[in-house]
Amino acid sequence: MRNLLEFITKNYFFFLFLLLETFCISILVQNNKFQRASFGNSSNQLSASVLSTSENVQHYFYLKTENERLAKENAELHSHDLLSFSLLVNGQYTINDTVYKQKYTYTNAAVVNNSTNRRNNYLTLDKGSKQGITNKMGVTSSSGVVGIVENVSENFCTVKSLLHSNTIINSKLKKDGSFGPLNWDGESFEFAALNDIPTHVRLFKGDTVVTSQYTKMFPENIMIGTVESYYRESTKPFYTVKVKLSTDFKKLSHVYIVDNKLRTEQEELEKKTEEGNK
Amino acid sequence: MTNTIIRNILRFFVLVLVQVLIVKNIELGRFINPFVYVLFILMLPFETPKWLLLLASFFLGITIDMFYDTSGMHAAACVMMGYIRPGVLKLFSPRDGYEFGTQPSIQYLGIPWFLSYAGILVVIHHLILFYIEIFRFSEFFSTFFRVIVSSIFTLLLVVISQYLFQRKKEQE
Repeated sequence: MRNLLEFITKNYFFFLFLLLETFCISILVQNNKFQRASFGNSSNQLSASVLSTSENVQHYFYLKTENERLAKENAELHSHDLLSFSLLVNGQYTINDTVYKQKYTYTNAAVVNNSTNRRNNYLTLDKGSKQGITNKMGVTSSSGVVGIVENVSENFCTVKSLLHSNTIINSKLKKDGSFGPLNWDGESFEFAALNDIPTHVRLFKGDTVVTSQYTKMFPENIMIGTVESYYRESTKPFYTVKVKLSTDFKKLSHVYIVDNKLRTEQEELEKKTEEGNK
Repeated sequence: MTNTIIRNILRFFVLVLVQVLIVKNIELGRFINPFVYVLFILMLPFETPKWLLLLASFFLGITIDMFYDTSGMHAAACVMMGYIRPGVLKLFSPRDGYEFGTQPSIQYLGIPWFLSYAGILVVIHHLILFYIEIFRFSEFFSTFFRVIVSSIFTLLLVVISQYLFQRKKEQE
């Protein structure tokens, strides 16, 4: 303390100068409008530049949510557009047409959970009964078939992936329409097996396999994959085709849930017919 | 001693009045604003205590500020000038120091000494004053030009007043 006092008294000239100068500047800034404004401005500029930099960094982390919000807003704006033939409600894409009756509607969904390494794989999507999802709806991605909705909660649904021992999708060869059940053999997430292709069909590597018209969950001609190889078990009169799946299950992020509006009607009729025959 | 104090106080008021009543109203052009009142700080005796020097500079600046409605600007420039003054005096001191009882004026130390001494202080004062007034660096060079031109005019007035003063003294 004494040293400090000594230091101050020794350098009193400088400290007095500092004191007076500070006082001058403070009354200057307080009383002169221009100086106050520009002092405030420059300090604002400094703080603003710091803040905006941190804001920029923060925004980067919110890009994803922001994208989703914008996509939603886009959908909403589209639905407000009177000129649009499309009506987008809740992300569902519906075509109003008096000639064609709407059969399939699509709901976009994000994959929140996914597995590929088990024998029976499931996905979880972020849409549920609140968005009108029911079980047995088909799920596709932009590149091909993904699976079938199995369970639905209010906001989520689980999807029985194509990579599941019980998933059987009625598929066909696009070039001639010969159809058979497609199932996963559990070996690699890249390949599935298409059974029951008659031996008279000439198969080539690269032939396209799509959903057939007999499947109730998917529209016809949804891409499944391409022919990789085929073989014939000696006891069966059919080929088993190894299909390279077009969907990369490791990279799924956004998928579409397909709702067949006429499925229940079809199923009821078929059930009635079967019961009537018994 | 008391004589010196009274003379300096008188000079204080005379210079403030000259500045705010006469020089303030002279319009020499957009760039030229002489501030002759700094003569008071220049003319303070060598023996002035440093704290008194700073306080005197401060009060001179504040008084001028009152008339110019620029609270703080002239005070800040004057305090800076007062702070610099001892250093400048030391820089230009003759080999055997300043004679006791003399004043930093042309009369005692000659024109070249006075011009270099007053020149530095006046330019510093004007630099501070004009840049505080502008308060930004975007007009750096035009402000600098104003500083130089105004400093020259201030120096001119200071030197002229010195000669007037001197003659008066010789008559005494």
